[in-house]
Amino acid sequence: MIALLIRDVRLAVRAGGGFGLGLAFFLLVAVLVPLGVGPDGGTLARIAPGILWVGALLACLLSLDRLFALDYEDGSLDLLVTAPIPLEGVVAVKALAHWMVTGLPLTLVAPVLGVLLNLPAPGYFWLVVSLALGTPALSVIGAFGAALTVGLKRGGLLLSLLVLPLYVPTLIFGAEAVKRGAEGMATGTPLALLAAITAGAAALLPFAAAAAIRINLR
Amino acid sequence: MSLWEYANPQKFMHLSRRVLPFVAGAAALCLIVGLVWGFFATPNDYKQGPTVKIIYLHVPAAMMAINAWVMMLVASLIWLIRRHHVSALTAKAAAPVGLVFTLIALATGALWGQPMWGTWWAWDPRLTSFLILALFYLGYIALWAAVDDPDTAADLTGILCIVGSVFALLSRYAVNFWNQGLHQGASLSLDKEENVSDVFWFPLLVCIAGFVLMFVALVLLRTRTEIRARRLAALIARERMG
Amino acid sequence: MMPDLGKYADAVLGSYAVSLGLIAALVGFSLWQGVRMRRALAVAEARTKKEPVDG
Repeated sequence: MIALLIRDVRLAVRAGGGFGLGLAFFLLVAVLVPLGVGPDGGTLARIAPGILWVGALLACLLSLDRLFALDYEDGSLDLLVTAPIPLEGVVAVKALAHWMVTGLPLTLVAPVLGVLLNLPAPGYFWLVVSLALGTPALSVIGAFGAALTVGLKRGGLLLSLLVLPLYVPTLIFGAEAVKRGAEGMATGTPLALLAAITAGAAALLPFAAAAAIRINLR
Repeated sequence: MSLWEYANPQKFMHLSRRVLPFVAGAAALCLIVGLVWGFFATPNDYKQGPTVKIIYLHVPAAMMAINAWVMMLVASLIWLIRRHHVSALTAKAAAPVGLVFTLIALATGALWGQPMWGTWWAWDPRLTSFLILALFYLGYIALWAAVDDPDTAADLTGILCIVGSVFALLSRYAVNFWNQGLHQGASLSLDKEENVSDVFWFPLLVCIAGFVLMFVALVLLRTRTEIRARRLAALIARERMG
Repeated sequence: MMPDLGKYADAVLGSYAVSLGLIAALVGFSLWQGVRMRRALAVAEARTKKEPVDG
């Protein structure tokens, strides 16, 4: 399992893969939004939590279709299905690897982009905390979506259509936590709910995703 | 004689052929009576004026939009557990009907909201939940359309339906939570049964019955089409085999 | 006969028009699909000469 994790992370970082791409996309969103909305600091400060969360979500979505598709094409997914480790574990590990190359860097870069978007000072801590708590859920939910569409030829668009509605609760709680943090209010409730979604998704969705992969490889 | 007998396509076709005209007729009757009654023979609400007449479309459509998803969930579970093909096909047949009901609920809601709240669209929790529900329907239908093998498609959409139900519920509560900060006291909700007096309640009841019957009739009709499509595909496959 | 809808006529009539239009489209589409499939199946049945599922 650890070997699989290392392999996935290596592949993602090395092969000109989604690693830099997601980060670049996140940066672009943070640059383009002020260009579109206007340079007014007050407005930007108000929308910064939402923009950063939506940007992180889309950046995460961008690399999802590679999660299983590459392994499906070269046949290593078939090997993984027949391997002695449970497929649920494989899915969880691959989601974890996806998080390490997208969610984690996004979380670390987010404060820098917060400066660009004029995020109020108390918001930075909560931005990092909420992204750290929430992005694993994005990866796991995305793994489920990728598992559903793994056998399809043009799965990319369909994948977004399937996954985006599932991201709604995560987005709401995540952005709400940052917004409340930036305004100096208590953030306990949205953060707890966000953590609950991540924990629940990480515990249950690998089973659904593994079932979907088995069906797709039948 | 058990209910599962109707999981046999042949039996289902025989039964549904006999039942369908009655259900469709009853649906048309209820809808016509309920809507005519509601439109022509009810007084105006003292606060909302004539716009209260929209309730006869809005509330039944919204109810059935949710119930259709629940029915799809049950049908998907039956398919995943007992492998009855008819069950999977009813879920497939119900999805477009549910989507249209959701759209009706959204459209009438917008038209009602314009004079009452002064805006076509407010990010009210209920409206937002319905928009999300429409997205779930779209994803479900798109997945059915995208997968070629019918059994694979049924399995995948079944799983999507179950996971989607959980997340739809989560979204419902998340949206409620999210809106508190924005416009609190958004008492835009349509105070259902409790506040509606009998004058509006009885025609509304007839309309709800009409929508339920219409849903059943449409699902039966569309399931029959799906079963025929399966048989056609099987015949063509057999022909090719020689 | 026609109730006085006052200034809300647009909203009320619009709602009824949109809803009935959508329902009509859905029913029409379902019927059309059904008829088309029934015909296609009848052609195929006649070609393969198997006993029909149902009339």
